[in-house]
Amino acid sequence: MTLLITNARLIDPASGRDAQGDVFIAKGRIAALDADARAAKAAQTLDASGLVVAPGLIDLAARLREPGEEYKATLESEMDAAVAGGVTSLACPPDTDPPLDEPGLVEMLRRRARALARARLYPVGALTVKLQGETLTEMSELADSGCVAFSQANVALLDTQMLWRALQYAGSFGFSVWLRPLEPWLMRGVAHDGEVATRLGLAGIPSFAETIALGTILEIVRATGTRVHLCRLSTAGAVAMVRAAKRERLPVSCDVGVHHLHLCDVDLGYFDALCRLDPPLRAQRDRDALSEGLADGTIDCLCSDHTPVDDDAKHQPFAEAAPGATGLELLLPLTLRWGVMKKRSLLQTLARITSDPARILGVQSGRLEVGAPGDIVVFDPDAPVRITAAGLKSQGKNTPFLGYELPGRVRATVVAGKVVYEQE
Amino acid sequence: MQPNPQLNKNGELQHLLSVEGLPREVIERILDTAESFIGVTEREVKTVPLLRGKSVFNLFFESSTRTRTTFEIAAKRLSADVINLNIGVSSQTKGESLLDTVANLSAMQADIFVVRHGSSGAPYLIARHVKPHEHVVNAGDGRHAHPTQGLLDLYTLRHYKKDFTQLTVAIVGDVLHSRVARSLIHGLNILGTPEVRVIGPQTLIPPGVEALGVQVFRNMREGLKGADAVVMLRLQNERMRGALLPSAQEFFKTYGLTAEKLAGAKPDVIVMHPGPMNRGVEIDSTVADGPHSVILPQVTFGIAVRMAVMSMVAGASA
Amino acid sequence: MSPLPDAEQLCVQLADVIRPTLTPKTAMIGLYTGGVWLAERLHALLGIGEPLGTMDIAFYRDDYHQQGLARDPKRTKIPFSIEGRDVLLIDDVLYTGRTVRAAMNELFDYGRPERIALAVLAERGGRQLPICAQFCGARIEVPAGARLRLRRGHDGGLSFQLEHAT
Repeated sequence: MTLLITNARLIDPASGRDAQGDVFIAKGRIAALDADARAAKAAQTLDASGLVVAPGLIDLAARLREPGEEYKATLESEMDAAVAGGVTSLACPPDTDPPLDEPGLVEMLRRRARALARARLYPVGALTVKLQGETLTEMSELADSGCVAFSQANVALLDTQMLWRALQYAGSFGFSVWLRPLEPWLMRGVAHDGEVATRLGLAGIPSFAETIALGTILEIVRATGTRVHLCRLSTAGAVAMVRAAKRERLPVSCDVGVHHLHLCDVDLGYFDALCRLDPPLRAQRDRDALSEGLADGTIDCLCSDHTPVDDDAKHQPFAEAAPGATGLELLLPLTLRWGVMKKRSLLQTLARITSDPARILGVQSGRLEVGAPGDIVVFDPDAPVRITAAGLKSQGKNTPFLGYELPGRVRATVVAGKVVYEQE
Repeated sequence: MQPNPQLNKNGELQHLLSVEGLPREVIERILDTAESFIGVTEREVKTVPLLRGKSVFNLFFESSTRTRTTFEIAAKRLSADVINLNIGVSSQTKGESLLDTVANLSAMQADIFVVRHGSSGAPYLIARHVKPHEHVVNAGDGRHAHPTQGLLDLYTLRHYKKDFTQLTVAIVGDVLHSRVARSLIHGLNILGTPEVRVIGPQTLIPPGVEALGVQVFRNMREGLKGADAVVMLRLQNERMRGALLPSAQEFFKTYGLTAEKLAGAKPDVIVMHPGPMNRGVEIDSTVADGPHSVILPQVTFGIAVRMAVMSMVAGASA
Repeated sequence: MSPLPDAEQLCVQLADVIRPTLTPKTAMIGLYTGGVWLAERLHALLGIGEPLGTMDIAFYRDDYHQQGLARDPKRTKIPFSIEGRDVLLIDDVLYTGRTVRAAMNELFDYGRPERIALAVLAERGGRQLPICAQFCGARIEVPAGARLRLRRGHDGGLSFQLEHAT
């Protein structure tokens, strides 16, 4: 199966390229570019005139709700959502039911994903058995079955000594540990602890719930040298700490959820449960610090933190609503919007959802060069997408951006040289 | 951003969810209407036929005999039919969602839902899902608001002190958990009160409270100096000993209202309390029963205010 | 259309007609707002001993469901017992009769009067209920769509005003 994409504006953050060109894909890999591509004989041709062609998006956090929570969403629906959003590789956190702490589960999940032949799935394994923080998982076995890293998802590790041991163990094999900085006792609120929570009478989560836990993690990284990727930062304080840690050359990287780049606690309005997120939407100054951090590279990449939640779970009083937002189909539009607001070039903007997450994940995708996997997204950066419940392919319709029009319509998505999504 | 759900497109009050966001004219109208109802409560026949044929459903997810009773009395004085539902014990425990409960009652021809719920924001959720002719009156949601209490406190202040623009009002106690405090603070600010103070230990005063338009005092004697009115908040039993406070005795010593602490306030200071009082914890008996106390009149005013609120929302065009 | 009559003059004439009917049990109640102005004038002219009562019918209106609660309800103050009284109800203009119906309902919630008589400064056609005034200053023809009101000037002087619906 060979595919030629022509007349495209090729944007490849990995090489710094932003120029007209063509791509030829054969045997699932990029086989030729530009003149060589045009010369090749392709079974299928896609005319990308007026459109951008970039590496397929790489999303470091998307919950697919399988195994265990199929009433919320299924692998099929969420994989459809992924490719409709231009996402060609995604990592899923281990907080499934049961959690991804057994090789058998991981293998089954990967098999299911491969059979669907949509986006590539990179499971993140559980750091401790059942995520309960008492026993280490068989990380070596899990890595063999396909886990790219190990994580506690949104479950705080109470025992600091356990955290230290887990990082020591993972580091022995060169494994990465992905951690959310979560201080368990200070996390017991539902909104950012500040003026808005005070006015709305909601139990608050102070900023230092994140920074205290982050301090702990950074100390243990210093002691063990284990590579840690920090997930879903939300505070200005955390961004400053990571900036200092990187100056110190600690092996850390971090990401931010795309909703937190645009929204803050004021957006809760009259108790809008669609804005109940974990971590909570924080103050304006935190949002601004996240935006700055993403621009200067302190924050390595953006992810969707895709969390489909059914309507009933959101039709609850704020404190009782399930936290989370659907995100796979909003990753590209919200990232582009940020880029426009921050006056970044498309090249700089797209890096945060292609080459940068590829680096964290340690995969070959995320670049448009000969030999790289044939994962491509074709989109129109100027055409608007209207976010509607009916239009979203994900079973989770839960986003504060419902009804909004955002830039960046995906026209086609290619995985391993096969067109897996094309706009009707 | 969602529009203010309390007012309909004609600017009429169709739900009462919070004092915050009410235009000044609406608050004044509620107080004026309440004053007319005081006249009704003082005569032999204490009812008016305004809500005859209407059904008021008291939906209490958090039990409270006292608040529920005052709403019931107010509704009956408007000639409405009153149905009391203590949801805590029935369908909620069976797992029925809040909206399903409301939908079921709606099918029984409700006109007004008086809702008390433990979660902040619950009445907003209900107000977004009721039919156009149905009205929601918030009887207290979590820590967020208790608008009828706030309004009756404003009525009380207006009755005894007349002009808000000259007042210093001190609110004492567990502001962090108090919906009564939040509602009163909003009301005082909307009516132009120049000095609103909150007094309490740091564990009971929420962060960023200054943004609501108050000055924070840790020392009670300082905070009561020159006050025209003192509002004592109730301290819940479970908060009296633990991470927030060491004991009821120490709370009384540092923040309990006594004649001695009150001495620094204005000579004609009035003392208010939303009730029920914990004598010897928030307030000394001599002060509670003394000449400055207006705690009992607050209750009478509360019925008239609730009559005013219900007759205004029920009259708003659908 | 003929000019509107002099309200002040009509007041005096109305008082003259009412005077012979006064009894020791007479008490006067004016209906807000025009009726109260008129009642204050009549109360003084007639020298009635009992203090003047004032009534707002906001809570007894029959159009609550269509119009909602009246904008600016005043407080009904009846500083005497209604039991066994000869009540003189005073209103400025008698039109549909609904205001008087509401006033009577409200009055009975205060007690049981011996009798109620209605005195109005003007009546126009358009009665919708079987209500009539025992004492009436003048009958005034009002064109359709217009409202007849009593006005009180800065000097306290009463006058009629015709308001056309916009």
